[in-house]
Amino acid sequence: MADSALDQLKRSGRIVVVGASLAGLRAAEVMREKGFAGTLTLIGDEPHEPYDRPPLSKQVLLGKADAEHTLLPRRRDIEAEWRLGVAAIGLDMAARTVKLADGDEVPYDRLLIATGVRARPWPNEAEGELAGVFTLRTREDGAGLARALAAGPRRVLVIGAGFTGSEIASACRERGVDVTVAERGDAPLVGALGGVIGAVAAELHRENGVDLRTGIMVTGLEGDSSGRVRAAHLSDGTTLECDVVVVSLGAQRNTEWLTGSGLGAGPRGIACDAGCRAFDLRGIVTDDIYVAGDVARSPHALFGYQFLSLEHWGNAVAQAETAAHNMLSESTDRRPHLWVPAFWSSQFGVNIKSVGVPSMGTEIMITQGSRAERRFTGVYGYQGRIIGAVTFDNARWLQFYERQIECTAPFPPPFTTVDRRADGQRPIPADFPDPSVPTHGPTITLSGYSPADRRIATFTPAGH
Amino acid sequence: MSHGILSQILDYANRANPYPLYEELRRTPVFHDGTGPYVISTYFDIQSLLHDPRLSSDSRNLAATAGDPLAGGEQEEATALPPSFLKLDPPEHDRLRRMTNRPFGPPHSPYRVDGMRGGLKDIVTGLIDNLGDTERIDLVDQFAYPFPVTMICQLLGVPREDEARFHVWADTLAASLDPDPDSDPAERQRKTHDSRMELGMYLAGLIEERRKDPGEDMLSQLAVGHGPDDSMSTMELLSTAALLLIAGHETTVNLITNGMLTLLRNPDVLQQLRREPGLAVPLVEELLRFEPPVQLLPQRTPLVDIEVRGITIPKGSSMWLILASGNRDPNRFENPDRFDPHRKDVQHLGLGSGIHSCFGAPLARLEAQLALSELARRLENPRLLEDPPPYRQNAVLRGPRHLRIACDGIRP
Repeated sequence: MADSALDQLKRSGRIVVVGASLAGLRAAEVMREKGFAGTLTLIGDEPHEPYDRPPLSKQVLLGKADAEHTLLPRRRDIEAEWRLGVAAIGLDMAARTVKLADGDEVPYDRLLIATGVRARPWPNEAEGELAGVFTLRTREDGAGLARALAAGPRRVLVIGAGFTGSEIASACRERGVDVTVAERGDAPLVGALGGVIGAVAAELHRENGVDLRTGIMVTGLEGDSSGRVRAAHLSDGTTLECDVVVVSLGAQRNTEWLTGSGLGAGPRGIACDAGCRAFDLRGIVTDDIYVAGDVARSPHALFGYQFLSLEHWGNAVAQAETAAHNMLSESTDRRPHLWVPAFWSSQFGVNIKSVGVPSMGTEIMITQGSRAERRFTGVYGYQGRIIGAVTFDNARWLQFYERQIECTAPFPPPFTTVDRRADGQRPIPADFPDPSVPTHGPTITLSGYSPADRRIATFTPAGH
Repeated sequence: MSHGILSQILDYANRANPYPLYEELRRTPVFHDGTGPYVISTYFDIQSLLHDPRLSSDSRNLAATAGDPLAGGEQEEATALPPSFLKLDPPEHDRLRRMTNRPFGPPHSPYRVDGMRGGLKDIVTGLIDNLGDTERIDLVDQFAYPFPVTMICQLLGVPREDEARFHVWADTLAASLDPDPDSDPAERQRKTHDSRMELGMYLAGLIEERRKDPGEDMLSQLAVGHGPDDSMSTMELLSTAALLLIAGHETTVNLITNGMLTLLRNPDVLQQLRREPGLAVPLVEELLRFEPPVQLLPQRTPLVDIEVRGITIPKGSSMWLILASGNRDPNRFENPDRFDPHRKDVQHLGLGSGIHSCFGAPLARLEAQLALSELARRLENPRLLEDPPPYRQNAVLRGPRHLRIACDGIRP
């Protein structure tokens, strides 16, 4: 077969990528790298070429980098047709077209969906529109908040002490701005790393002068006569005066545009197989629609084949690479996306890194270093195996623990290591909050049952 | 596997080209001859062991050194200095390395190394200007050797007028790492010991002065010490200074000399470097892969029994990690025996990895980049007078003892 369908696709096919951010760009680069010579269209609702988001909550807020200058470096020229500043609003799977907000329809032979997530807005729309109320996801958000911090506000309120919220609080303190953090859970980072590590994070906040209030909700925001936020009401009955509020309540997946398309898309993301091929509503895998990045949820062998949604930079890159490879490969050459979840954060001068799925862990053991010194490695255990690890200023060892997770090594780890301290002699409960109590939300979501569970008789994707 | 491959690696006869022996070694990725060290030679095994918290760098955790031909060769203990952070585990290692890094690199001193660029360039220019008879240059004695000592004097803040004395001690100590089998070991040991004592006394004096009247140099900054870890004791400071001196010295000599040798063996690359000095950056990376100055790490031991490739390495065993072999592992690098400065995928083990990865790496890189690009630019039609050149005795810190070259002249 000299001229297979795949050869034709590579030579003159049409590939459409919806989502012009990290995953979309990296996928496009890999497609060209693999010899795709056809038409490549990148659709993005933001008017910018792909830019990097991690600096937005760090260097940009410190005034050390300009939000306009965080364009992602290009690995190669992708010769794409860019459709920027126009959102995709629909998908016709039968006709193989993507509908755009400007009325255009873009036909495809292969589609990659990488629409990511957006910041969860403040639930009260009117309050959310007060001047001085921000979320932080886009470049405009970053630039606006950086300007607000540079203007020297009297007090900033950060709602939600997840990674982004904590990084914002850290930036405020570094700039000498008074900041209050209100967190519904018992500690910062508690959803992602549990109460044991959350307690360390809480100390970090307080030592650095953050007015941290946990176990508390913001019940309302109040504006002045000019429509500027001036105070927040808290669930303990108190009122806090503040002139900047950052709503940092986690993210929502951008899947609404797929409603009614027949694709297996819902609030938890778009379900796909390990090879990034999207499922349709009936749980049947498509062969021309792929998913990558924050919006994807895919089964992972290391975690009981549960569906994993990850809001991790490294996942977006790795999954995009796998999706792009598989889109241009015969079925026998496809490969699974088995990336071990990993993320990092930088706050209050501490480098925090994690691998695996700590939030699956029930116990934690500090295997190296000490919490008191803010320099340690914590290993999470789940049913007798190592399921995750976190380091505070101790990242050089993480590679070892990642390997331990990959080979399902036993927990508690039966070996001694360098830098083992007294508090690392035994595991303790990791103290994750009851998942039914909402917090700012972890950056990893596990969903779906393991095939071994046999709990469900029919498949109904969430949100349909 | 031929018997005695370790002694072949240590055998001076194989110094000029140990790579075929490493290739043989990689066929038995965890090699153990029954009495000697456990030898690890493939890239991925070395890489993961360098990040393995069950491995100690502290020789006090060794059960026995019997059968390890590289054990006990270290001279540091002879003067009762505490072990430098190179030979310590966390948390002590972390504390000392962190304090040493404060005046050296980011985040607290991000411009220290780059700020030395001008000074380094001046040293290089001066040494090249004074090469003399271009028909007979010994690049080691006339260039690669004096360069790092002069540099370390500047870095530590050794006064210019003391440099000559400092050079003598540095030379003797560096030579002790590279014992000439023909010399009298007792005599050698005495000289080493004396040099170490004299250097220690000298540095102790200097540290006292700097405590009273600190300058911008590293010794001052270390002596004064600030930050969460406070300051080093005088003994710790002496150990650290000795470490910076020795480790940052012999290795750089070899990096530059191996570099020039490799360039002279690859004249097309040399020509290209002359035209594009910027090539020095990727070239030095490839060099660190292709001819790493530290060939192997002989001082690691597991704190518990560990399993590598299904083989149990008992607690307290001596382990060698052959970095230079991992760097030529065909399972990791395409055409590993080819010197290709344009190689894109060059994540080598030449500077180690993990918590003990080369402390002086930023400086070593800059020194080698400057030295090689300037030599390429200024030496007219350079050529090797002997190939292979005579090597140093040392199998661990491997490099030519002399590199005799000639050229048609020195460009301005």
